Amino acid sequence: MRDVAIIGCGMTKFGELWKKSIRDIFVEAGLKAIDDAGVENIDSMYVGSMTSGLFVEQEHISAIMADYLGIAGIPAVRIESACASGGLALRQGFIEVTSGMNDIVLVGGVEKMTDGADATYALASAADQEYEVYNGITFPGLYAMIARAHMHRYGTTRKQLALVAVKNHKNGASNPNAQFQRETTIDGVINATMVADPLTLMDCSPVSDGAACVILCPLDQAKKYTDTPVKILASCAATDNIALHQRDDVTILKAVKLSGESAFKQAGISPGDIDVAEVHDCFTIAEICAIEDLGFVAKGKGGEFTEKGETALDGKIPINTSGGLKSKGHPVGATGIAQVIEIVEQLRGNAGKRQVKNAKVGLTQNMGGSGASSVVHIFRVV
Amino acid sequence: MPSPRYWREIPQRYRLEANKCKKCGKIFFPPRLICCECRGQAFEKIRLSDEGKIITFTVIRVAPQQFATQTPYVVAIVETKDEVRLTTQVADCKPEDVEIGKKVRLVFRKIQEEGKTGILCYGYKAVLV
Amino acid sequence: MVGIIGYGSYVPRYRIKAEEIAKQWGMDPDAIKRGLLLKEKTVPGIDEDTITISVEAGKNALKRAEIDPQEIGAVYIGSESHPYAVKPSGTVVAEALGIVPEVHIADYEFACKAGTEAMFVCYSQVKAEVIKYGLAIGADTSQGAPGDALEYSASAGGSAFIFGKEKVVAEIVETYSYTTDTPDFWRREGAFYPRHSGRFTGEPAYFKHVIGAGKGILEKTGLKPDDFAYAVFHMPNGKFPLTAGKKLGFTKEQLEPGWIVPLMGNTYSGSSPTGFSATLDVAKQGELILLVSFGSGAGSDAFVFKVTDRIDEVRDKAIKVKELLENDRIYLNYGQYAKFREKIIMNE
Repeated sequence: MRDVAIIGCGMTKFGELWKKSIRDIFVEAGLKAIDDAGVENIDSMYVGSMTSGLFVEQEHISAIMADYLGIAGIPAVRIESACASGGLALRQGFIEVTSGMNDIVLVGGVEKMTDGADATYALASAADQEYEVYNGITFPGLYAMIARAHMHRYGTTRKQLALVAVKNHKNGASNPNAQFQRETTIDGVINATMVADPLTLMDCSPVSDGAACVILCPLDQAKKYTDTPVKILASCAATDNIALHQRDDVTILKAVKLSGESAFKQAGISPGDIDVAEVHDCFTIAEICAIEDLGFVAKGKGGEFTEKGETALDGKIPINTSGGLKSKGHPVGATGIAQVIEIVEQLRGNAGKRQVKNAKVGLTQNMGGSGASSVVHIFRVV
Repeated sequence: MPSPRYWREIPQRYRLEANKCKKCGKIFFPPRLICCECRGQAFEKIRLSDEGKIITFTVIRVAPQQFATQTPYVVAIVETKDEVRLTTQVADCKPEDVEIGKKVRLVFRKIQEEGKTGILCYGYKAVLV
Repeated sequence: MVGIIGYGSYVPRYRIKAEEIAKQWGMDPDAIKRGLLLKEKTVPGIDEDTITISVEAGKNALKRAEIDPQEIGAVYIGSESHPYAVKPSGTVVAEALGIVPEVHIADYEFACKAGTEAMFVCYSQVKAEVIKYGLAIGADTSQGAPGDALEYSASAGGSAFIFGKEKVVAEIVETYSYTTDTPDFWRREGAFYPRHSGRFTGEPAYFKHVIGAGKGILEKTGLKPDDFAYAVFHMPNGKFPLTAGKKLGFTKEQLEPGWIVPLMGNTYSGSSPTGFSATLDVAKQGELILLVSFGSGAGSDAFVFKVTDRIDEVRDKAIKVKELLENDRIYLNYGQYAKFREKIIMNE
């Protein structure tokens, strides 16, 4: 096993990119990453996308993206694991480089969600189609059921959920790539249109277009391309029951817990060693569950921890400095890679106003569906 | 809802048919081919109780097109007397009447239809008792 | 002895009051309530139809019959609102109740008497020993055109009856049918709402057939109105059954338990069967019950039932019609009603 580093990043702005097609945005992000890394050739590529078929009626996008990036001829593979497609694509890229099979691997994620498809319907295909979706549940609905159970069990409050969105919007306000570069308030979240009780529109990540790419290479070659390579310390994934109702405890995201535990083991560090983390806040409650199940705070204490400001930029463990999925936007297939880019920028010291002081070790956690798949990466700047 | 996919699930959706692992007794709804507790592959067919309680719930206010005319509607995770959980709508209720722990009964209802000329799709919904 | 071994009903929880409909069309609500003797009617939920109503009524009948559903040899459903034009409601109902696959299934349609038609055939099949048990259901989510007099009455619900030779609750003493070609009410293939010929639906249609069948069965059995504890006549509105009963020599008291129309409305194929089910809920051993249906087109089926001692054993095993009609009602305004009944033109 060789050590693997990230040597280049590129992403589009996230948002409603009316003038750009799925090809345009992927190529834009890909070219930026290639340029950032300064590589001339790409040996292999992975593309994460949840459901380009339902969103733009285009499958086979690994070949299309290689073609339009002008690198057709290389092997290219699409990876799908719902909203964790990007994160799991990175894991495949990592495996290919660490194994010695190839040296320069481009890993990207993309989703074009605003081309007119019924997004609620398309996203719901990440749940159990026959036994959840058939009966009328939606993704906000699934997380709302988690939120209701979490509030009932641990006393998590409506205000604590809102504070996740307030914090993430504050971070996103200084991220030039974010879909919503504006702050919000507790009242702004609580009084927004109800989507699935108790979650309002402002508890939910938006429907977005966007793409993000990174370039991987063996760590021992990384210095050829960059002064600040970021080493991948761990790349671990896990799964859980697809249907929320089949889990013994709906408030525990077991796949997050398992992927986190193996990642900390692989990296040889503990949650307390993480300086900055991007977690999958597709809904406010998801961030609370994620920080608990990753071990940053005890189970049931995530709301209180957030309320105390421990997840803010100057808190104990800054979470979602990019603005998270909530404010930065959530083009589902691209999210896992965009999280990695935020951590790389933090570790390189390039995060501007969002910079976490002395950030050396960072973590990303990306999940699919209501948590049936999760992937955790840990990084250290070299 | 394409007809074969709908048709295949009829025993579960109409009659709450589940399977019970002959080795460890765990019940699966819908039935599975392998027990995820003990890896057993021998099962007996059972029908779930139509009585249960609400574990958690939400009120769907933004729905996919298929359910758009029904909003707001309640969806809950219900645990039947056999301690099996399923996701189901709670019909004929005001959202404010639904609470975690409340008792429900599963009834037979139309769940969705395949447009104005396609097949009608039935299944279970809960009602408060 | 051949007769009913289990019976059960189902009525949706939703209601609309006669005055709410009258208000919509600028009509005088008191005139409607006085003229038709209707207070409110049942409305199916957005997720209810003849099939779901039949399943719930069937479950209640099975609770009282206490038999293995697999032994039921026929499922007949009478309705004029079968959800499919082609594909029997009975297939879904039999599947849901666990009766398939060794079962004969047919849907019946004869305006408001399709329910008793199903009962008639089930009874004959059991009597002929072609089947051990038969399930007959009359159910409807009745249609009435907006603004039409039918809109005040057309309602939803149904009742199910299991026929057999053992464990009989109500023995069938006699049957009689009376049918002619009378175009009083119809719905052409593809039309959404039924049409009717106004006052022609009264004398030459409803009364001729109901009274014809009533007289016919009394003659055939040699029974007199005062031999009966109860009588149930089809209920297109509150007035017609009372008038028909009076003309045949029955008192209002004999009609009372089955006269459910003021709270239920006219549940078409489910109307007289549900009136009969409500009557069984209060009947005692040895009592005779007359049931006369009416279906436009037109015809009437008449039955004489004799209640057995088993009634006391089964009565409380399922919910009663009075409880279905009076418990947990949810009232709709006209807008909600129009949405529930899909009277609003939506985009595809």
